[in-house]
Amino acid sequence: MAQNNSGSVSIVGNKKHAYDVLTKACVYFCSTLTVAILLAMLIYIVIRGLPQINWTFLSSQPSSLKGIYGILPSIINTLYIIVITLLIATPIGVGAAIYLNEYTGNSQKFRPVVRFIEFTVETLSGIPSIIYGLFGAIFFGERLHLGYSILTGSLTLTIMVLPVVIRTTQEALKTVPQSFREGALGCGATKWYMIRTIILPSAQSGIITSVILAIGRIVGESAALIFTAGATTNLPKNWLTHPTTSGATLTVQMYFGVSNGKYVDEGFGIALVLMVIVLGINLLTKKLSSMKKSDR
Amino acid sequence: MAASTGISDGYPNEPTQKPEKETSAGMEPSFRVDTIQGSSKSKSSIEKVMSVIFTVCGLSAVVAVFGIAAYMVIAGTPAIREIGIAEFLFGTQWRPTAEDPSFGILYIILTSVVGTGLSVLLGVPVALMTAVFLAELAPKRLYQLVRPAVELLAGIPSVIYGLLGSILLVPLMRRMESWIFAGSTTHQFTGGANLISAVLVLAIMILPTVINVSETSLRAVPREYREASLALGATQMETIFKVTMPAAKSGVITGVVLGIGRAIGEAMAIMMVSGNVVNIPLPFNSVRFLTTGIVTEMSYSSGLHRQALFSIGLVLFVFIMVINILLNTVLKKGGDANGTK
Repeated sequence: MAQNNSGSVSIVGNKKHAYDVLTKACVYFCSTLTVAILLAMLIYIVIRGLPQINWTFLSSQPSSLKGIYGILPSIINTLYIIVITLLIATPIGVGAAIYLNEYTGNSQKFRPVVRFIEFTVETLSGIPSIIYGLFGAIFFGERLHLGYSILTGSLTLTIMVLPVVIRTTQEALKTVPQSFREGALGCGATKWYMIRTIILPSAQSGIITSVILAIGRIVGESAALIFTAGATTNLPKNWLTHPTTSGATLTVQMYFGVSNGKYVDEGFGIALVLMVIVLGINLLTKKLSSMKKSDR
Repeated sequence: MAASTGISDGYPNEPTQKPEKETSAGMEPSFRVDTIQGSSKSKSSIEKVMSVIFTVCGLSAVVAVFGIAAYMVIAGTPAIREIGIAEFLFGTQWRPTAEDPSFGILYIILTSVVGTGLSVLLGVPVALMTAVFLAELAPKRLYQLVRPAVELLAGIPSVIYGLLGSILLVPLMRRMESWIFAGSTTHQFTGGANLISAVLVLAIMILPTVINVSETSLRAVPREYREASLALGATQMETIFKVTMPAAKSGVITGVVLGIGRAIGEAMAIMMVSGNVVNIPLPFNSVRFLTTGIVTEMSYSSGLHRQALFSIGLVLFVFIMVINILLNTVLKKGGDANGTK
């Protein structure tokens, strides 16, 4: 762009050139550093993790008696927690977004209410997971007598992913053209009918994105689950009552395995599995958002 | 698309009766609207029920925040009252299981503050430069490489950061430690799990937060600012650092504050690299953060000890709430004025 030719006659002189080169070098160095850190982490995880991955690792439950280490129970627990959490969090989150965008949207009367709710949503997303863990343990675990169980963990995570769902859905609702609403209402549709048949289908991909983001958050969570869902790694005996028993997710199993120093290599195996999931989630959200763009 | 089919499905051909003047701004649907589907009575009751349901959903976040705040206060205050607030906050002895137990968390608070501060000092410049690269300098090709990298960095679970830190950083620190303190008799050797390791891990973990927010705010700076600056003879880099950056200031600060929030609340990653001994936060000391203090002892604590851990949680919660309120009052207003947010 506006590069100074230091050789030619210039009113600004060489000093500026040095400034440019220096800052540019700094910018490039820092961005390279960011990417290099990530690549180094990825490569190291793949190198240490790949030898651990085999069928027994993926399909058995850990047993010190037989000397096997497997992650099947924690995969199942993770799935349980994802499903239960989303079953509760998605309707509430989408409902809250609809309330914020459709029911209070433009009216002056509700402005303070909306601002306050948005403030609390932001606050929720800023609360660290360890606090959620403490709250979940005393409220769901002790007060509601759910103890260490997958259910306690899911309820705790429900509150944690709520802001993700609300915000992403709200963004999606904002992109639904105002003319859709006016058209529907003009045809005599009632509010709920309009939301059900026009707004929600139009915001579909945004809602799906919010669900995927929530899954990412749940898969990576550990601090909120240690005191709520516990650390047991057993295969479910009864699929229906399994949520009332304690169960470790992948991250929790990995944490306990690594922190007592026994299963560091296996930890890298789990890390690799987690990285694959995270990568998949990132690609999926990217795909969805590009689809959304081509829609319009 | 879905929109048009939705309408024609529900309302076949017949002209609608009397579409009342109802704009989307009206929050209460007028119940006298007669529609072709069902009686207006059943319609209006469904409408009423749904609007109540949505209102309840909308208030869920409010309930959650107040519920959490209430429970943190209820669970956290008994221990503080029993120990005494000065003793608790400014005491330097943390011996919860001793015969004569003492609960002073000054060093733990200091560690959290110092650790967070150092990691921000280390991480923010790198993050800002990367944000500048992404928003201003990156050619499309490189952008498509760096952007997903940042996103992936944001998605990596914190235990993985902890695992890598404990396997890669800690041995390095151990070597450095034994080299620096060779022959020292007063130094307590930590085996490498120390404040530096924790700070490095935290610095990496806050990168994506700061990068994302800063990039967005840099991009929001109007084009004219840059054009004017370039036309005045400033070079590209001068424009970025002397015009664009100051214009995006409030967004950048928001990013930094969010980074602080992330760093101070992080538990599992630093759990595995900080050594977990209550100590003065010096670089080569094993230290304990507010978050790790809770995680370490929660499983075997009971009675007053357990309540004291909840009090530590309360202290952490207060820190976070202060950061949040700061974000939402001071910084938001600045952002609105600049038009960057």
